[in-house]
Amino acid sequence: MAGLELLSDQGYRLDGRKASELRKVQARMGVFAQADGSAYLEQGNTKALAVVYGPHEIRGSRSRALHDRAVINCQYSMATFSTAERKRRPHGDRKSTEMSLHLKQTFEAAVMTQLFPRSQIDIYVKILQSDGGNYSVCVNAATLAVIDAGIPMRDYVCACTVGFVDETPLADLCYAEESGRVSSLALALLPRGGQIALLQMDARLHQDHLETLIEAAMTACKGVSKVLDEVVRQHLQEASVLTGE
Amino acid sequence: MLKSKTFVKKTRSGGVMKIVREHYLRDDIWCGSEACTICKQESTVLEKDACSDSTICPYPHYLIPDTNVVLHQIDVLEDPVIRNVIILQTVLQEVRHRSAPIYKRLKDIIHEKEKHFYTFTNEHHRDTFIEREPGESANDRNDRAIRTSADWYGQHLKTAGPDGLKVVLLTNDQGNKQKAEESGLLVHRFEEYIKSLIAHPELVDRLALSNDDKNEITSSKVLFPEHLPLSRIQAGIKAGSFLQGTFRASRDNYLEATVFIQGESEDGTEVLIQGLQNLNRAVHQDVVALQLLPRNQWVAPSSVVLQDEGAAKDDNGDEEDEGKVLISTAETARKPTGKVVGIIKRNWRPFCGMLNVSQIKESTRHLFTPADRRIPRIRIETRQASTLAGQRIMVAIDGWPKDSRYPNGHFVRSLGNAGEKDTEQEVLLLEHDVPHQAFSQAVLSYLPKMPWAITPEDMEKREDLRNLTVCSVDPPGCTDIDDALHCRELENGNLEVGVHIADVSHFIRPGNALDREAANRGTTVYLCGKRIDMVPELLSSNLCSLQSTVDRLAFSCIWEMTHEAEILKTRFTKSVINSKASLTYAEAQMRIDDTTKNDSITKNLRGLNKLAKILKRRRIEKGALTLSSLEVRFHMDSETHDPIDLQTKELQETNSMVEEFMLLANISVAQKIYDEFSECALLRKHPAPPPSNYDILMKAAKSKHVDIHTDSAKALADSLDVARVDGFPYFNTLLRILATRCMMQAVYFCSGMDSDFHHYGLASPIYTHFTSPIRRYADIIVHRLLAVAIGADSTYPDLMDKQKQSALCNNLNYRHKMAQYAQRSSVAFHTQLFFKNRGILNEEGFVLFVRKNAIIVLIPKFGLEGTVFFDSKDKTGPKLVFDEEGPTLMVEQHTFHIFDKVKVTISLDDTNIQHQKIRMSLIHPVIPGVSVSASDIEPQTKKPRLDH
Repeated sequence: MAGLELLSDQGYRLDGRKASELRKVQARMGVFAQADGSAYLEQGNTKALAVVYGPHEIRGSRSRALHDRAVINCQYSMATFSTAERKRRPHGDRKSTEMSLHLKQTFEAAVMTQLFPRSQIDIYVKILQSDGGNYSVCVNAATLAVIDAGIPMRDYVCACTVGFVDETPLADLCYAEESGRVSSLALALLPRGGQIALLQMDARLHQDHLETLIEAAMTACKGVSKVLDEVVRQHLQEASVLTGE
Repeated sequence: MLKSKTFVKKTRSGGVMKIVREHYLRDDIWCGSEACTICKQESTVLEKDACSDSTICPYPHYLIPDTNVVLHQIDVLEDPVIRNVIILQTVLQEVRHRSAPIYKRLKDIIHEKEKHFYTFTNEHHRDTFIEREPGESANDRNDRAIRTSADWYGQHLKTAGPDGLKVVLLTNDQGNKQKAEESGLLVHRFEEYIKSLIAHPELVDRLALSNDDKNEITSSKVLFPEHLPLSRIQAGIKAGSFLQGTFRASRDNYLEATVFIQGESEDGTEVLIQGLQNLNRAVHQDVVALQLLPRNQWVAPSSVVLQDEGAAKDDNGDEEDEGKVLISTAETARKPTGKVVGIIKRNWRPFCGMLNVSQIKESTRHLFTPADRRIPRIRIETRQASTLAGQRIMVAIDGWPKDSRYPNGHFVRSLGNAGEKDTEQEVLLLEHDVPHQAFSQAVLSYLPKMPWAITPEDMEKREDLRNLTVCSVDPPGCTDIDDALHCRELENGNLEVGVHIADVSHFIRPGNALDREAANRGTTVYLCGKRIDMVPELLSSNLCSLQSTVDRLAFSCIWEMTHEAEILKTRFTKSVINSKASLTYAEAQMRIDDTTKNDSITKNLRGLNKLAKILKRRRIEKGALTLSSLEVRFHMDSETHDPIDLQTKELQETNSMVEEFMLLANISVAQKIYDEFSECALLRKHPAPPPSNYDILMKAAKSKHVDIHTDSAKALADSLDVARVDGFPYFNTLLRILATRCMMQAVYFCSGMDSDFHHYGLASPIYTHFTSPIRRYADIIVHRLLAVAIGADSTYPDLMDKQKQSALCNNLNYRHKMAQYAQRSSVAFHTQLFFKNRGILNEEGFVLFVRKNAIIVLIPKFGLEGTVFFDSKDKTGPKLVFDEEGPTLMVEQHTFHIFDKVKVTISLDDTNIQHQKIRMSLIHPVIPGVSVSASDIEPQTKKPRLDH
């Protein structure tokens, strides 16, 4: 039984994209009124909802407070109906704890936490439908939510996964590609300065290829940032029309 | 430019699962035609004036074949006449799914520029993508997709191209053709189209027979049971009622085969299949499903040698006795027996062989006899029978209907006249899948430019060992010298021994065309009088070869040893050496023995020889086996390259001296690379054979009242050493020959994929190949690993990837096996040539195996094995009584045992030009009616007696 051919000789991927093409990104900001900031983002068939509360006083034990900056609290979860097999997903399993930690690290690098000492920012992200690249979609959605909440950031944080197949980097992997034998890398970038907020890879990859892969990931992230920027500007325009400016 | 459209696909895998995938439809997929004015393509594949001399399509046109045409008629599509073909993605994917070898061939065609084959990605094109309708089968959808694309091409070329450029859909499916005609497409049957190419009548012979044609050929009588459909086979395998395995036809008996079952445990089991009905159209190497027969129907391997001699007269008549299964009585010898119920995967390839021209002069149907006796004869249709008779040809199988005695096939190409040395060599290279074309320009372009010299940069990174007295010892006439040795006394009284191996990995850099070619070839193949190089000659015989008195790059392994051969220190380094002498084994031996010589080279050799003896003794104490097989060497006539004499290879002390140090180097390197790269070291292992392998050896030894212990390698080695029979000095060698046949194949493997590293034959816990990089690719990889380990080179991705490494190992193992077989066939062919020139000879030999109707005799003088048959087809043979226990065979009054000394005449039987064989008949012992008298033979060819 031949496995899936992830990249055809003509340069097309399973779903008809070329190697460096992203999936279609659609997003909306301010989807919930009660939260301080919220956003909904679709990247192909992966859909995520992000909600931000804060900055507010530290809840729970006061000892967690930092005297010079805000604490970022992230929580990642997946809806029971998000994958092909319906599965109960309890909070705090290893995978989502790890993912929460990664998100926290990413946003600690991007949000200007030093402006809010002794306070806390909560970011909640839920995957509604999963089709690969969960981490990057969460980051992208959360960025919009943070912007919606009006929390100052150094730059957008844009994330993208890239895989390596037949000596070619593939941008923005879908689930079918992710589950094949592909070494994939997730990268979160602050596009304007080109700073890397987080880089994660747990597969084996020869170091000669790392450079090209990171290069491809950065290009992909910049592509995402363009889309996000448009969404924000659009949202701003709508909002300013409503407020009557 | 990106049109996205999401849709839902459902598939089932195990349970019901809904799989949602995106499918992006594009508008930037171009048509690939040179004539097109709309598409913004950068390069085009299809020519503007795509004319062919077809009488039914007299206008310029492109061809669109459907999946079945590609699958069945790939031989025709490969012909240079067929050009300007559009392969749709739908077709490509279906082919990929259905047959890997044809997919590979199709891709090769697509890559060939002159063929002008274009792949059109219709599944992602906005206008040609179609969704499966409710109730429509996947096949129907694909047929419709092909028609839709053909239609799109038709419209597209009408608007975008010059007048008259059309597309022609080729299909053999009646329904598809009709539907296409209804929607106004140009459509033809493939046969129709090919037959209309009147300038190329030879293509018609290559057409595979399609289903409708078969009925005409064969009688309606059903000969074989129906094969079960795949779904039932899979269910059966899951339920355990069927077994899956690789079908291996017997070389000796065309009514018998074994199927090797890969069980859950690593060691597979073998199931016996007997009788034409039970074999049920399986061909050698097919993956089949089989059902075990009830235990009371189990049989033993028949040990009868049977060849399908059925004349070309065809199917009827002889089935009665072919269907009958030979029942063996011995209860213990029975093996699991089964019957084939279905074919999971055909493994057909084009076969070399010859045509048996039909008796009827006008007939266009003929039987083809493959060179490989495990392949059944194939019926083909050709009009060129008279030219093809006497030639070696290639034929591919198309199918085997259940009402036909033989499979149907078609002619692929001719190789030349049979019996000519070039043709025969070509045949045996093809049959053993040895890549033997000349190196391509792309490969040659990576060779170093001549004149080549060692650069100062090279010198900087390498140790300069040119002052050492290094010399090489090889067989006479060797031009690819890959190892050289040195030995000297150090100031502290210890000895320094160095093994210097040609630094091939310096010239062959990873990943380039030269490297890929070498990796594919895997090994140099030595045939009699011909060498098929793994790397181009410039490297193998010049730059890499460690010739004397020139500076050469080497990879050195240097030990510091005591005089008792205890290793104190091991180090590896890249170096530059200058060999002082290239000696042959005999020359080296003479220098060692000649006490008057005292030059540095000779001292060197004596030191090495002394150490080698200690090393060898130590190795044997640990339980290394010394086995024996007879190798022959031909003396060739320098003009005609015909063999004029033949003798078994002699081994000298110096052979074992060189071998000993090579083993030592290999083991040291294996340890080093394994320490450094525990996951991806390329090693070589030799598994211990399962105890049942030794049965024949034990039985044989027991018949001479000798006990052989096979509990461990050490026990076996010891018992072989003491096995002697008075007055029979050759007995020990014979036993060792038998023991060799009990062994398993040694194989390369990747250390990350396996846990058992033991090398049984050498009694070493770890082993690899490091010492012959010029002729083995495995050694190149080992060189690269070692170079990284000592910091002399950098890694590259594939080297560290254990999956790729292990795929490479599989290829290397396969190539090595095939090279070995090719070598043997080459020796066999030259032996035949030799005996053809010699006429009839009388020789003494020993019985090596006893079969039910024959004995297999080994002639030690020529290292030749042959079969003496006791029954013949035409007349009633002598009374034969076969006893499995001995095994012994009683012919009339005389009983043959293993190891019996017999006298035979040897002659060449060239009645069948394809399978010329050495015929042996008995002279002594004299059995009336069986043996021939020695007086038939002209006295002058008599040879002096062999003294043992």
